[in-house]
Amino acid sequence: MSYTTQTQTSLNTSEKGGVDEFLAFTLGGEEYGINILRVQEIRGYEPVTRIANAPAFIKGVVNLRGTIVPIVDMRIKLGLGEPTYDQLTVVIILNLGGRVVGMVVDSVSDVTTLSAEQLKPAPDISTSFDSDFLIGLGTLGDRMLILVDIDKLMSSSDMGLFDPAAS
Amino acid sequence: MTIDMSQFYQVFFDEADELLAEMEKLLLAIDVTDPDSEDLNAIFRAAHSIKGGAATFGFSDITEVTHTLESLLDRIRKGEMALTPDHVDAFLVSKDVLTMLMGGHHHGTAVDEPAVASVSTRLAALSNGTAAVAAPAAAPVPAPAAIEAPPADIPPAADADGNFHIRIELPDVPQRDVDALATELGLLGTITQEVLADKRAVFTLVTRESQDDIVAICSFVLDPDDLKITHAAAAAPASAPVAAAAEVAPAVETAPAVEAVPAAPAASLPTEARNPGRRATDKDASSQESSSIRVGVEKVDQLINLVGELVITQAMIEQRILALDPLIHERLLNSANQLARNTRDLQEAVMSIRMMPMDYVFSRFPRMVRDLATKLGKKVEIITRGAATELDKGLIERIVDPLTHLVRNSVDHGIEMPDKRRTAGKSETGKLTLSAAHQGGNIVIEVTDDGGGLNRERILAKAMQQGLNVSESMPDNDVWQLIFAPGFSTAEIVTDVSGRGVGMDVVKRNISAMGGTVEIRSTPGSGSTISISLPLTLAILDGMSVKVGEEVYILPLGYVVESLQPEAIDVKEIAGQGKVVKVREEYLPLIMLFELFDIEPQHVNPANGIIVILEADGKKAALLVDGLVGQQQVVVKNLESNFRKVPGISGATILGDGGVSLILDVSALLR
Repeated sequence: MSYTTQTQTSLNTSEKGGVDEFLAFTLGGEEYGINILRVQEIRGYEPVTRIANAPAFIKGVVNLRGTIVPIVDMRIKLGLGEPTYDQLTVVIILNLGGRVVGMVVDSVSDVTTLSAEQLKPAPDISTSFDSDFLIGLGTLGDRMLILVDIDKLMSSSDMGLFDPAAS
Repeated sequence: MTIDMSQFYQVFFDEADELLAEMEKLLLAIDVTDPDSEDLNAIFRAAHSIKGGAATFGFSDITEVTHTLESLLDRIRKGEMALTPDHVDAFLVSKDVLTMLMGGHHHGTAVDEPAVASVSTRLAALSNGTAAVAAPAAAPVPAPAAIEAPPADIPPAADADGNFHIRIELPDVPQRDVDALATELGLLGTITQEVLADKRAVFTLVTRESQDDIVAICSFVLDPDDLKITHAAAAAPASAPVAAAAEVAPAVETAPAVEAVPAAPAASLPTEARNPGRRATDKDASSQESSSIRVGVEKVDQLINLVGELVITQAMIEQRILALDPLIHERLLNSANQLARNTRDLQEAVMSIRMMPMDYVFSRFPRMVRDLATKLGKKVEIITRGAATELDKGLIERIVDPLTHLVRNSVDHGIEMPDKRRTAGKSETGKLTLSAAHQGGNIVIEVTDDGGGLNRERILAKAMQQGLNVSESMPDNDVWQLIFAPGFSTAEIVTDVSGRGVGMDVVKRNISAMGGTVEIRSTPGSGSTISISLPLTLAILDGMSVKVGEEVYILPLGYVVESLQPEAIDVKEIAGQGKVVKVREEYLPLIMLFELFDIEPQHVNPANGIIVILEADGKKAALLVDGLVGQQQVVVKNLESNFRKVPGISGATILGDGGVSLILDVSALLR
C-alpha cells in the first residue's frame, strides 16, 4: 500500500500550508480533481479489447507502447454523463505505484494549484463517491473541485482492478 | 605504424572465455577409460588457441600455464600417455586458474599467485611423472592407432636423457632453405644431415622438443604436408624405413594442431585413412566458430522496438489500401501483400534473437555438481531435460542464481552418501534431474533428486525450536513451505556448501520477484522435486488465432490437436451436462467459448462453426469458435501487471496492428 502513504504525505504538506497541483476533469456536470503526480499522460480513446465477464465499467485493455493497460470508464462506474466514444473522448493514464490504469472521463480542463486555505473538508453528504475516497473540496473562485484520492479509489475492491492479494 | 592492440583485447577475452567453456564441457564429458580422440584434439586446440592469443598480447602468465597444459595434452592425444582422472582434475583446475588470470588481465581482478604456481607444478609433475613410467614399460595407450600397433612398435620413446630421435625427410627444396632449416633445427638439439639418392635432404635430430615444434619451424619454409617425419628408435637412429613415415596432416588455420601419429608401419595405413575424416571435422568446427557474432543487448532491443513500429506502420498501410479499387491498383496491392509477408518474417526473426535455450543455464551445472559431489564424497549423475525450451534472455539470467541454490541444496541435503544409498537399496550414484517445459501458460523448471526426501519430523521440530507457528497436523505442503522461512536449515552440519539457512528464502524471494511460484513435492526415501513456475512474461509462444464474433483469441499451439468442422449429427446434448461432440469415435465435451465469454457469435450451431480439439493435462475437449484466423508467434505479455487475474485467460499479446489479443488458458478451460 505504498501509494496510499504517498497520498497521506501530500495531504500533510497541504495542511502545513504547502500547495498541491491537481488535474481537473469533468464527469457529467461535476468537476473533479486528482493529484497531478498520479497522472502519467492524457490520451484519446482507442478501441479496446474486451475482457470477458468483467463489469461494464471496465472497458477492456489497450496496448500502451507495449504494456497492457486496463481502461475504466468512470462515467459508467459513477453513472454520470453519457458514455459516448469519439475523437473527443479523453483517457487519463494514471500511474499508481507502478501500476498503470486508464480512466475515461468527459473532458479534462486544466491543472490548478490549490493552497491549504482553498482546501475544505468534504461535507458529510453522499456524493457519487464514497466519502472514503475524497480528500476534500477545493474552491477556486466560483469553481468547486471534488478532490479524489485516486490511489484509494482505484485499488478498492469495489473497482476490482487489482487482485486483492496484490494490494 | 602503431596499432592499438587494446581494441583486440576484448575479442581475445571473449574468444578465450568461449574456448575455456568449451574445454570444460569436453573435459566433463570425457570418458577416462576410452577418450574420444576428437575430443582430446578439441581440448588441445582450445588450449593451443588460448596460448597463441595470450602470447600475441603478451600475457606471459597465461601463456606459461597453457603451454604446460598444451604439452601434456599433446602427449595424451598422441597416445604417449594414458588419460587418468588425475589429468582431468588437473585440467579442470587449470581451466579455473586460466579464467582467473583472464579476469586479472581483463577486469583487473585479484590473481591468486600460489594457485597459479601450484597448477603449473601439478601439470609439470603429471607430464614428468607419467612419462617416466610410460616410456620404459611401453604401457598400452588408448589411442586407436597405437592399440593396433604391435607392441614392438613403441610410440616415440625418449632415450635415457629424455631426447627423441627424429628423422625429417624434406621435399625437393633449394639448398638455401635446407641450410636455413638446418640452422633453425640445430637450435633445438643435435642435428645431422644426409642426402638421399634423389638429392633430397634428410635431417636426423636429437632433441627434447616435440614433433609439433619441429613442424612449426619447418612450416616457415615449406608446406608441412610435404614433410616426412619419423621417430627413429633410440637405438638405431637411421634405420627407420621411409615407408614407415606417418604422414603429417596439414595444420588447420585456427589451430596449427598437427596430427602427429606415432610412427609404426602397421599403424600408418589406418592413420592415413582416418586423416581425411579428421580434416573434415576440423573444417566443421571452424565454420561453427565463425557463425556467431556478438551484439550488445541494447542493440537487439532497439531492433525489436523498431520492428514493432514497422509492423504497425505496415498494418496501417494495409488498412489504407483496402479502400482502393483492386482492379486499378492491382500492382500496388500485390506489393503491399509482399510487404506484409516480409514484415511478418522479419518480426519473427527479430523476436527469436532474444530467446535463449535453457541450456544456457543448465550447461553450467554439470561442473558444479561434479565438484560438489567430489567435495562431499558423493556420487551424483546429472540429467537435463528440455534444455531446448526457450526463455527470454532477461528471465534466463535471473533464474541462474535461484537454480544454483536449489542444485547445491539437492546435492548437499538431498542426495545421500553412497553407503547410505546402498543400505537403502538404491544405486550408489544419485540422480539429479533438471528439466524445463512450457506448461499451462507457464514455464516450469524442476530440480529433482532421488535422495532421502524432506524429513517432516525434523522440519517441524526445527520450526518449533525457532518459534514458528506450526502444528503436528499441518498438511505436508505447508510443512515443506517452512523451509523457505528466513534462516531455516535442517542440515545437521553446516558445511561451506549449504546449511547456513540462507538460500531457500532468497530463492523464494527471487522467484516471487519474477512473478513465479515455488512448489515442493517430496516423498521420504525416494527424493524430492522443487518446481519453479514462471509466468510467460516476455516468453514467445506459438499461437493459433481464433475468431469468435468480432473478437480474436490466441490458443497456445502446443495444446491444439486438430481443428475441424463437425457434422450436425455428431453433436449430442447430454441433459444438464452440456454438449458433447463425437470425433473419431470419441465423445469430447464441447466448450462453447461464446457462452463462456459472453460474446455475440456468428454461429450458435456447432455445425456451422469450427471446433478446435485441445488437450491438456491428459484431458481432451473441443472448443467451438467461429473461425480460424492464422498461426503466429506471439510475445506473451502479463495481464496481471496492471490488472487482476482473469479466469480462462493466461495472458495477452500485442497483434501486428497494435491491438491487444487475449491468450486462452487452455488448462483452466478444460478443468
